[in-house]
Amino acid sequence: MVAVDTRILTVEDDERIRTAVRLALEEEGWLVDETANGEAALEAFARAPADVVLIDIMLPGIDGFEVCRSIRRTSDVPIVMVTARSDTHDVVAGLEAGADDYLTKPFAPKELSARIRALLRRVRPSETTPDRIRIDRLELAPDEGVVRFDDEEVHLTRTEFRLLVELANNMGRVLSREDLLERVWGYDYFGDGRLVDVHVRRLRTKIEPDPAMPRYVVTVRGMGYKLQA
Amino acid sequence: MQFGLRSRILFSYAIGGLALSLTLAGATLVLAGRQLIDDREEAATAVAVNNASRLSNQLTPDSTIEDLPAVVDSLTSVEGAQQLVRLEDSWLPSPEIGRDDLPAALVARVTDDRAGLVRTSIDGRPHLVIGVPLFAFDADYYEVVDLAGVDGTLGTLRFVVSGAAAGTTVLGALLGLWASGRTLRPLRRVRSAAEAIAGGRLDTRLEPQTDPDLDRLAESFNEMAGALEARIRRDARFASEVSHELRSPLTTLTSSVAVLEARRGELSDRSQTALDLLTTDLTRFSRLVDDLLEISRFDAGAAALDQAPMEVLPFINAALRAGHREGIPVRASADASRLVINGDKRRLGRVMANLFDNADRYGGGLTGISVRAGDGTVRIDVEDDGPGVAVAERATVFDRFSRGSAGGRRGDDTGSGLGLSMVLEDVRLHGGVVWVEDRSGDVPGACFVVELPRAAEDPDEEDTP
Repeated sequence: MVAVDTRILTVEDDERIRTAVRLALEEEGWLVDETANGEAALEAFARAPADVVLIDIMLPGIDGFEVCRSIRRTSDVPIVMVTARSDTHDVVAGLEAGADDYLTKPFAPKELSARIRALLRRVRPSETTPDRIRIDRLELAPDEGVVRFDDEEVHLTRTEFRLLVELANNMGRVLSREDLLERVWGYDYFGDGRLVDVHVRRLRTKIEPDPAMPRYVVTVRGMGYKLQA
Repeated sequence: MQFGLRSRILFSYAIGGLALSLTLAGATLVLAGRQLIDDREEAATAVAVNNASRLSNQLTPDSTIEDLPAVVDSLTSVEGAQQLVRLEDSWLPSPEIGRDDLPAALVARVTDDRAGLVRTSIDGRPHLVIGVPLFAFDADYYEVVDLAGVDGTLGTLRFVVSGAAAGTTVLGALLGLWASGRTLRPLRRVRSAAEAIAGGRLDTRLEPQTDPDLDRLAESFNEMAGALEARIRRDARFASEVSHELRSPLTTLTSSVAVLEARRGELSDRSQTALDLLTTDLTRFSRLVDDLLEISRFDAGAAALDQAPMEVLPFINAALRAGHREGIPVRASADASRLVINGDKRRLGRVMANLFDNADRYGGGLTGISVRAGDGTVRIDVEDDGPGVAVAERATVFDRFSRGSAGGRRGDDTGSGLGLSMVLEDVRLHGGVVWVEDRSGDVPGACFVVELPRAAEDPDEEDTP
């Protein structure tokens, strides 16, 4: 199912971890481009765009957050952050910087490849998804993979897009954080709800006229989120 | 018997008030008494001398003792005074006092033509006797003044002064109460600060005080609290840093072992056995590091709760699914279906995972879970099939690295030894309690009970799907 030539770019300053992670990812049949610092990673990404980028936050020189932001300026490639801590600050900062998901050291390679596979999954609109959804000034075309606001294309990352499509598939119905974690990220009940919260926030800055007073993606307190017609 | 500082201050003020008022009252009584008697003596003497002179004027050389009563009756004197007159060898006594009641020394002195004054006791009552010689005749005039009237006035005075003294004492005690309250107020603040620190709020400090003595106390207290906080934080940071340092090599080890696992077939039997050992202990080691890091967060007071409303039954089922224990029966009371708690699902998930693990490792296997509503709480019972936990071990079973007697054998034990202590910390963080008891009914086995506060009902959310 995964294309043979899937390329993964890794940024990790610890040589032993870098090598071990490369070996483990290669076992999955993926091509691995490894770099030891942020500058080298940005160069490598500019030279040959990857399908998934794995970034360690603690890097010498420009840090992982900055690498993440730089890549996000030009690309919607799925990014997985690797943190040494699961503290709120690092995780949320990484997600705010544009990461799609995160892992905490020490992670099992099985967990890492599961994350990567979930991010590589194509957006598959369900049979009930209409070809085109229009709410007010927002237009969603799942089959084209395009979102327009006032007929102007809005640039979403793949995860943001998938989040919006899942909400659209359940138009007007509340999806809990757990529902969304499972459908968008492939997590079980115990996935980190902050993933949903930060992505919803980022999505709102792109599609809401006033992100502080959301018109489309609304929060239902204590329940979850829904796309409001 | 030992009295508290408050009682001591109160007593000091009361006793001080009492002593002060007694001294003043005593002095007042003595001085006033003396003054009263002196005044009466002076007045009586003046009247007596005046009376003697009037008597002398009305007497003639022919006057006899029979003429005297009419003359004496016409004299006025101070209240309670009685008159006696000696004329030659005869005495005109007063109704109550006769010649024999007068002090002989005074009578001799007056007879000798010298005026005199003596305080004496007649019929057991204090009297003042004044004798004035009438120089023109062979006669003397005496006045006897009863001083008991003065005593009556003094008695009233004594009563009033005693009342004032008692009042002053009570006032002193009240003042003492107020002063002790005022003195102890800064101490109360110190006490609440100390309690706050003991309760884990390590950054509690006292405000600077205006009183220099108290300010020094506050300063010393703050220095102590600061040193304590720095030390506790340093210890916690050390544990946290050690755990962090271990994460990098663990990541390398985990990834490398996974590669070996993937190529297991290429290894000899001996190498496979060695790899199995490596894998098992690596898992255990990773978990230990994770748990230690979490424990160090608890110790540093840095454990954060990410709370959201969550329904209990779906949570329990998800916890069972996550641990591949779908077959375990969950008994829920009728009212359990809508039970909602305000929880951190990852922490509570870990609580359940640790309790399930504990049941499997030391309790002969997890047998069932039951959920029911308590009084404003949700009660979750996790039951196992083991020998139960001895009453003496029920408190210590939640200690770090405590495995109890049943868990003493290490064998293939891959637990971190921190599981139940983390259960305790996580549950406590949610404002809940956890304990262990016997399984209900006559079946052997332990029942770990987690009781969590229920989320406040929000009627706004009732009609939402």
